Amino acid sequence: MTEEIIIAGFGGQGVLSMGGILAYAGVMQGKEVTWMPSYGPEMRGGTSNVTVILSDEMISSPILNEYDTAIILNQPSLDKFEKMIKKGGTLIYDGNGINRHPEREDINIYRADAAKAAASDLKNPKVANMIVLGALLKQNPIILDENIKKGLEKALPERHHRLIPLNLKAVEKGKEIVKIIREV
Amino acid sequence: MEKDIKLMKGNDAIAEAAIRAGADAYFGYPITPQSEVIEYLMAEQPEKRTGMVVLQAESEVAAINMIYGAAGAGKRVLTTSSSPGISLMQEGISYIAGAQLPCVLVNVVRGGPGLGTIQPSQADYFQSVKGGGHGDYKLIVLAPASVQESVDFIKLAFDIAFKYRNPVMLLTDGVLGQMMEKVEFFEQQERKKEDEPWATVGKAGRGHRNYITSLFIKPEKMYEVNLELQKKYREVEKNEVRYQEIDTEDADYLFVAYGTTARICQKACQLAREKGIKVGLLRPISLYPYPYDAINKLADKVKGVMVIEMNHGQMVEDVKLAVNGKLEVGFMGRSGGIIPTPSEILEALENKFINK
Repeated sequence: MTEEIIIAGFGGQGVLSMGGILAYAGVMQGKEVTWMPSYGPEMRGGTSNVTVILSDEMISSPILNEYDTAIILNQPSLDKFEKMIKKGGTLIYDGNGINRHPEREDINIYRADAAKAAASDLKNPKVANMIVLGALLKQNPIILDENIKKGLEKALPERHHRLIPLNLKAVEKGKEIVKIIREV
Repeated sequence: MEKDIKLMKGNDAIAEAAIRAGADAYFGYPITPQSEVIEYLMAEQPEKRTGMVVLQAESEVAAINMIYGAAGAGKRVLTTSSSPGISLMQEGISYIAGAQLPCVLVNVVRGGPGLGTIQPSQADYFQSVKGGGHGDYKLIVLAPASVQESVDFIKLAFDIAFKYRNPVMLLTDGVLGQMMEKVEFFEQQERKKEDEPWATVGKAGRGHRNYITSLFIKPEKMYEVNLELQKKYREVEKNEVRYQEIDTEDADYLFVAYGTTARICQKACQLAREKGIKVGLLRPISLYPYPYDAINKLADKVKGVMVIEMNHGQMVEDVKLAVNGKLEVGFMGRSGGIIPTPSEILEALENKFINK
């Protein structure tokens, strides 16, 4: 099985680090993994995205023109990637700052208002990315919870390990708050 | 023993591989998209692990001449850079090739010409494979297509460089440098203890001084050195051709691509087969020496050959030489940091050979 995922949002929303944690968790689960960031002369507030491929086989192209799953954290990314999701694929998005909501009728759409939940429920806006990751894992449990924990231990430098419980709480929060908009 | 598996960026992995390959020194100057190599080395402080020296030179020109000096002393040395930086090094590379010294060079290619862009490209094929610097010399060029191969080829490159006393280049690109993949490392190799018999390390009990130069002012001597080089290159061509064939047994059409583009073509092959078009891939791993014979043989079996590159057609010239007029060779390329997608590649093949 191969899962091709795009994660996209503003720089500073934790797009690359969420992808990194997912990728490390994939390694812990014995999967083949590719993590390919968009890179360029970018800055805080610019757009940022990362392709994460998890597979039971050797991974071919790190460059894709369609995805099984898109995790979208801002309007420009929704505009760009909604049309690049495979038919029957999955879109998960944070409604924060979204004016034009997803329109496709041939994909599964889920909404998790992670930025809001991070600020109000968890009192830490930085873990919004982990809430969205939780929303993904609720809908598509590609990675076991225990491997997410192991992935966090690998991806975070030791001085930040005290933040792991908060991150795991955020994952649980995401599972709780994710709403079905449409399933096909 | 548990396998030593890590998730690493290509650039970081190259740096770690250099330490583990028992390198004596790294000299370099940072440039995107490969600055992580020197950053990793500076943070890792290999002088404490193996005694390896890491030095940021004042420029690429200085770095390559430090490589020249240390290689002349028989040390295992490497430098890494990206396209404009590699251009600055060309004089030194020619000198190193002329003086027949081993070293490892890594070019994490970005879009050009000029200062260009920092995005991935394969536009330095001609520079790497056909010359770059002046004179009749050859670099042995290896093109990894994954983070794992980037690691394995650093070790291989040192072995080949010392076997032939010739510079070896790893030609990668911004995709391979920036992406993270699972990688298994080889064990730490010991740094070399014995001096090479040709190294300039004083008389060392030999009774004579070794002399390293690329200046042979008498034409007869220069001609002799050139003949010696050519003899060496024929040996390299005999022994060091490397390539991979994927799904070529029953293929009607053939992609030829290296590095990142080969990975994208693999996906395009899968898409093609889902549509009932049998496409295979030949991936040159050594770009010099080039797998001419393997391509020539496949040209007897397939109906068309399609070359895919991140440039406007460089390796395609070698594929045409290999095919030798047996059939038509198509080409599709993107440049300037634009990466072709799997479906775009398949469409190019269909337009060239199937929907015509």
